Amino acid sequence: MELLGFQLPTYGWSTILGSAISGVFLGAIYALVALGLTLIYGVLHIINFAHGALLMLAMYAVYFLWHLGGVDPYLAMLIVVPGGFVFGYCLQRGVIGKTSHGRDEIILLVTLGVAIVIENAALFLFSADERNVQVPYDLDGIDLGVTYVVWTDLAALAGSLLITLALWLFMVRTDTGKAIRAVAKERQGARLVGINVDHIFAISFGIGTACVAAAASLLAPTYAVYPQFGYLFVLIAFTVVVLGGMGSFVGALVGGFVIGITEQLGRLYLGESLGLITISAIFILILLFRPTGLFGQKA
Amino acid sequence: MSERARLMGWALLATVLVLLPFGVTSGRWIDFVELTLFVAVMGQAWNILGGYGGQYSFGHALFFGTAAYIQALLQFRYGISPWVAMWFAAAGSIAVGAFVGYLSFRYGLRGSYFALITLAFAEAFHVLARSLISVTEGGRGVQLALNQDPERAIATFQFTFAGEFLQAYGYYYTILIILLLAYAATWWMERSRFGASLMAVRENEDAAEALGINAFRVKIGAICLSAAIMSMTGVYYVQKFLFVDPGIAYGPSKSVEALFAPIIGGLGTVLGPLLGAFFIHGVGEFAKEAIGAVWEERPGVDLILFGVILILVLGFLPRGLVGLLDTAWRRLTGGRGGHA
Repeated sequence: MELLGFQLPTYGWSTILGSAISGVFLGAIYALVALGLTLIYGVLHIINFAHGALLMLAMYAVYFLWHLGGVDPYLAMLIVVPGGFVFGYCLQRGVIGKTSHGRDEIILLVTLGVAIVIENAALFLFSADERNVQVPYDLDGIDLGVTYVVWTDLAALAGSLLITLALWLFMVRTDTGKAIRAVAKERQGARLVGINVDHIFAISFGIGTACVAAAASLLAPTYAVYPQFGYLFVLIAFTVVVLGGMGSFVGALVGGFVIGITEQLGRLYLGESLGLITISAIFILILLFRPTGLFGQKA
Repeated sequence: MSERARLMGWALLATVLVLLPFGVTSGRWIDFVELTLFVAVMGQAWNILGGYGGQYSFGHALFFGTAAYIQALLQFRYGISPWVAMWFAAAGSIAVGAFVGYLSFRYGLRGSYFALITLAFAEAFHVLARSLISVTEGGRGVQLALNQDPERAIATFQFTFAGEFLQAYGYYYTILIILLLAYAATWWMERSRFGASLMAVRENEDAAEALGINAFRVKIGAICLSAAIMSMTGVYYVQKFLFVDPGIAYGPSKSVEALFAPIIGGLGTVLGPLLGAFFIHGVGEFAKEAIGAVWEERPGVDLILFGVILILVLGFLPRGLVGLLDTAWRRLTGGRGGHA
């Protein structure tokens, strides 16, 4: 096969299908991380640079719960998700809201500052060593013929679908969800009808952080954590969010799958290292030619 | 402060920095000042685009890394003199700046979107530097041969085996000369028509366009000047450490280091990046000493503090340390006085 003059390797359909299926599972993980990011953007119009650092922090929480208390990483969700909500709420109300004066670039820089503080606090306290949770079932799974799927990946896929559904129901069915949507659409109007906008901002940030904490407990059986763990994911999560359309849950889900499959096929055809260029390329092209993404509304 | 008083202040500061090696004999202090000047040059590069132009880049490593790779590879592969290679390094960085600037500004990316696209380009170059092994040596990095002949110290731009004075202070003066040139260029820019247009674009792009300023061209000019200054830090880095790899060149740390100093020191001021660099590195050194004295030495302390200072300055000192000094100066002189 030839592309733009480059000779690409040729594969059978089963290899390509296997690669694409593993891309779907990888994409589910990306979607999971991106969900919280897109919620925060949709409501606060903040590009939360600290998202990756928060993921890393939650991963450490899951790790230490397992290491010190013997808590199963999936069970840890019951602790880290409420913990993430409280942490996110306080972070927005106490730090980001107070220092950013509502200006876009300042918010971006403040969240960058938060990310640097969290990352280096982790480096200081936990050192640069990689740590991973060991569960007895981490290699069990089913053979699909073209590829082998482990249960932990399947759990991540189910988790991302369930969390998307839960978020959507929350936004549509509850009063708080309605208030969040009202603030996202029309800040001043929401304030006029008696919605406490600062509270809603912090709630949204808290839910976004809770999402990333849920993602952490689904990722913990597969990925080792170290202080820079979040950087890789934050870049990919930005790509997913921009591709799907900032603020769109369905967009984050679809964007996650597109990026996951593209990355796996990119690795297959361009090699392990150069394959990652596909993610940066999608990111740049979408930013230039369709900054509202696939499902986003006009800003 | 009057224009003349400020010029005198700069002359005094430059004299102190030039004469420093004659007064301070401790190698550790010279190393500290040298590192601070290096950060202050990166900061000024970022400040031209971010402080004067209002375009916040999250990927300034692009210009550092491109220059570092060109400087290293031209010597490594073709044995080209470092004094010739540096012009290609600068030209390469400027070309990358023009390319990224053309795409971003042509498609009207502003604010957070500009920050994201510069970050994406830096990551793309990071992947390319790691993957195109036949060109860049991949993840192993490029290691230059160490010159051990004192006679050729100047010709090879390597001071490790030079005479006694150059060995101790050669790299200090290299970065000092780069700094003085970069700051003079910024001083000139601030007072030029180009600088005024750039600041007008920062304040209100549409209004600037209405006055007949070509915002697109002004922003391209700013990113090219910024890239040119940043490229010199890449050249300095390669000549000092004789090594570059994808992480050093295009990793996030250089992009982040470049934006700390100007924001903390004072955006859109000539003095800001230098003041910010001295402040954060002074605090960082002090904190490392203090923590090391009562506890064990551990990485991360200085960056935790930089992050906290960054957030505090963003929240409570919008004009940075320069703004603080300006207010203090006005109190002292009892009222009037221009911007610092």
